[in-house]
Amino acid sequence: MPPERLFIAYRTIITKEITRFMRIWSQTILPAAISMALYFIIFGNLIGPRIGVMGGFSYMEFIAPGIIMMSIINNAYSNVSSSFFGARFQRHIEEMLVAPIPYWVILAGYISGGVLRGLIVGLIVTVIAMFFIGLPSIYSPFIVISIVILTSVLFSLGGFLNGMFANNFDDISIIPTFVLTPLIYLGGVFYSIDLLPDIWQSISLANPILYMVNAFRYGILGVSDIGIHVAFIIILLFILALSSLSLYLLHRGTGIKT
Amino acid sequence: MKALEINRLEKTYGNGFQALKGIDLDVDEGDFFALLGPNGAGKSTTIGIITSLVTKTAGSVRILGLDSGTHATEIKARLGIVPQEVNFSLFETCLNILLNQAGYYGIGRKQANARAEKYLKQLGLWERRNQISRTLSGGLKRRLMIARALIHEPELLLLDEPTAGVDVELRRSTWDFLREINRNGTTIVLTTHYLEEAESLCRKIAIIDKGSIIEYGHKKDLLAKLHSETFILDLASPIEKLPDMPFLDIRQIDPMTLEVVINREQNANAVFEMLSEHWIIVSSMRNKTNRLEELFIRLLDDNGPENKGQHEGQHAS
Repeated sequence: MPPERLFIAYRTIITKEITRFMRIWSQTILPAAISMALYFIIFGNLIGPRIGVMGGFSYMEFIAPGIIMMSIINNAYSNVSSSFFGARFQRHIEEMLVAPIPYWVILAGYISGGVLRGLIVGLIVTVIAMFFIGLPSIYSPFIVISIVILTSVLFSLGGFLNGMFANNFDDISIIPTFVLTPLIYLGGVFYSIDLLPDIWQSISLANPILYMVNAFRYGILGVSDIGIHVAFIIILLFILALSSLSLYLLHRGTGIKT
Repeated sequence: MKALEINRLEKTYGNGFQALKGIDLDVDEGDFFALLGPNGAGKSTTIGIITSLVTKTAGSVRILGLDSGTHATEIKARLGIVPQEVNFSLFETCLNILLNQAGYYGIGRKQANARAEKYLKQLGLWERRNQISRTLSGGLKRRLMIARALIHEPELLLLDEPTAGVDVELRRSTWDFLREINRNGTTIVLTTHYLEEAESLCRKIAIIDKGSIIEYGHKKDLLAKLHSETFILDLASPIEKLPDMPFLDIRQIDPMTLEVVINREQNANAVFEMLSEHWIIVSSMRNKTNRLEELFIRLLDDNGPENKGQHEGQHAS
């Protein structure tokens, strides 16, 4: 397919993805906005003043980047896992499989859909955060934007793989419930790992989400528990590994061919 | 050039079930070809392999002169598929389903809109273009899949049971539409349960059973193999008991109806004469089944006793 045709195919998949999550905005956009607002009210407003300062900032300011990142991770992941599994379940994935679209375009289309939903929800949660902490001064816009995009890509890829292997709707909620949520909560969203005993600090360093949350926090506040370069390298390595695996499985026909 | 060439095609599923046992099949360009067989015979597996949705175990498939293993992308651009089961998003409008499909083929929005309008109008769906697809009737869903398969104007169209569960009127108008696109040069390969459909539409026929092709050729040559036909005779007046007629294969269904098997060597007039000798007057007669169905059932019965009864659901309607 010539490049302009590939672009039309890619644009079609993205448009379809945006249309899908905007059509069901009350299930895709609204819950994230409500639950993140509750986090700010409960942890930031009610409990935060009792905790005091963390990392040189008020508790509310400290947790805001983590909460924004949490919403981006959850939404990028669940958008792709549910959309791709839904396409398999209803079998309209076959519309793409019988068309002359390369697999990498299909993957790029779904990942872009996940990234866009992650960004939209992240933006809404940021606006909500501003009601509580005011207009933030961003330490490094480059780091903020690049970490947000890379993290969305990474978790969209995770969602894609989940959607590919899922056999029923329960399967697409198992990973978010039993893997993603614990890793996010233990990834330094609500605390600095400096507060943990040494052994738990070391264990926490094995959690990839810790690097994303801290890199994002560094981009906004200029403070981090880990090195930013390490965070970028880890995210990029994960993206490389998951995208290679996704393309390999697509070519192999896992979950999409008999 | 052949539109489709299948050589020694085999498919064994993960559970060990051998769906195709080395089938060979040729379809000429411009042909209207029927692949018939009972449930589980291997029809949909064959279609799945041609469309690359099912991976083959062995053998080769060439489509429009191109090998499916090495030219998959070029083939996909020239191939259209109407699957057996509904496989579009049930939450989108009819128009969007077509526009999205056009997009997957890299067709620009302006051309996609023009083609969508053309095919939705031809298939009687234009007035419903903004209707959510899940609210369509079963017959209209199948028509929408035909429109979708044509949006990139394929040279070879594969139809897997395109009129299953569709009412008679809609089925007949779908036939007219398919005849027209075949006349305009599109090669069509059809699988169907409705043998009347295959007899009415197709020029060449293959019958597949238990993963093997058991009959293949021109429709008229196949039908010529039918040595006898079964007719239903409606009587002008009731009879109590059928008199003994040793030279006729005849049985009484009810006081007003008889069933008679007439061999090709027999003369229908002679049958009527024999009946009239016993004061039995026939007011009308009709085929018990269509001729292709009769041949189909006999071939399947010859292919294995376990087939008996399995194809009872296959009917001309």
